[in-house]
Amino acid sequence: MGKRTIVPFGPQHPVLPEPLHLDLVLEDETVVDVIPSIGYIHRGLEKLCETKDYNQMVYVIERICGICSFGHGWGASAAIEGAMGVEIPERAEYLRTILHELSRVHSHLLWLGLMADAFGFESLFNHCWRVRETVLDLFEKNTGGRVIFSICKPGGMRKDISNENLKEMVEVLNGLKAEIKEITDVFINDASVKNRMTGVGVLTKEEAVELCAVGPTVRGSGVAQDLRLAGDHGVYHELGFEPVVEEAGDCMARTIVRIRELLQSIELIEKAVAKIPDGPVDCKVPKTVDGEFATRLEQPRGEAFYYAKGAGSKFLKRMRVRTPTNINIPALVKMLGGSDLADVPILALTIDPCISCTER
Amino acid sequence: MERHTAQQNFEAVNLSNLISKVSDLKADGYRLVQICGVVLDDDTYEILYSFDKDHIMQNLRLDIAIDKDEVESITGIFWPAFIYENEIHDLFGVKFNHSALDYNGTFFKVSEETPWKPKK
Repeated sequence: MGKRTIVPFGPQHPVLPEPLHLDLVLEDETVVDVIPSIGYIHRGLEKLCETKDYNQMVYVIERICGICSFGHGWGASAAIEGAMGVEIPERAEYLRTILHELSRVHSHLLWLGLMADAFGFESLFNHCWRVRETVLDLFEKNTGGRVIFSICKPGGMRKDISNENLKEMVEVLNGLKAEIKEITDVFINDASVKNRMTGVGVLTKEEAVELCAVGPTVRGSGVAQDLRLAGDHGVYHELGFEPVVEEAGDCMARTIVRIRELLQSIELIEKAVAKIPDGPVDCKVPKTVDGEFATRLEQPRGEAFYYAKGAGSKFLKRMRVRTPTNINIPALVKMLGGSDLADVPILALTIDPCISCTER
Repeated sequence: MERHTAQQNFEAVNLSNLISKVSDLKADGYRLVQICGVVLDDDTYEILYSFDKDHIMQNLRLDIAIDKDEVESITGIFWPAFIYENEIHDLFGVKFNHSALDYNGTFFKVSEETPWKPKK
């Protein structure tokens, strides 16, 4: 055994804008042990929810994360609707599905850009984020917001999106496909990108299951685990959804899962727009929340858990959100063992970490 | 695939049978989804354990007396549980025994000790 050195990584690091701290135990340049630390940006948002009524609370929940804000609003609304025993109109389910998949497109484009930036491919980073801007424009046009939309509420949606606007959304997204293919082909075929990602940070199927990994992290290791299959929320059951799975378990596999999901989300939006029924987008809900409900949603980063427990008033006794990064940190620790020090930033990025989400 | 409402499966456990129940779920092929603390009243917490198998969730409720009961860690069965147990320890003040990775109160850098514990 060589001399061991502990190198601190984060909470501030040029590659990772998220305040994740890792104590990396090294032998020469090889990582032999990792101790993760978080806790630098705990905001107490779950506790804050207890001081807001169930409508105000959704605005707080959306601010857990600027990337998956729509999904958090949906998950919290769905938990409250479940506790109330409310079923929302079909058109609202369609609109939620469409906006959630559009969020996945922008989230995966953002992540691809960050990944390109991490291995020094600046022009690729710029192209990913340039295409993402068009998606943010679609959000702005249809919801009024580019980051926080506040369009989801317990009982449905705060506003409708016209069928004309939805068709235009599909046209714009179809127009992006060629550019997305051009960009993602670089990730898949460029020799320098392959050198950095192929065979690096392998997480086997057995390890992914044992470590309870979620999202593209577990699907990149050959496990068909995707909450959209459960049929609990949205209209995925009517869109012929099948999860994207890659077998290799390395950084490249996790990247390809996101690339394929990006194109799959555009197809799901197209199918949903073709099938969306006319009708109301919200329904009456009780003034108080009495029951409790636990549910989950497949966010772009993976499974998120929402639990609402009513207090017999318009306030909640407890609102719990468990985000995907929480449960992917143990998988990251496993991936880092035996890796080269220079690969640590890229490996950390492949779980698409969001520490703001994790600490809430 | 059909549309349905998420099944709500909740089962009460106690301090003496928690580990055996969690071990049974692991043996049945369940994975850990999350653990969270819920303040039931000034003297009682509920610790809610959630597990998943084939997209169906199973939840275990454990009621404990605040400042009196200590809970056996499930990190020996599900190692990723350290994330949640350390969070609950730092925010609610619940002590978990025999943890595989105990941060001794330094997991969350909070300015106030156990900020979510009921103020008496």
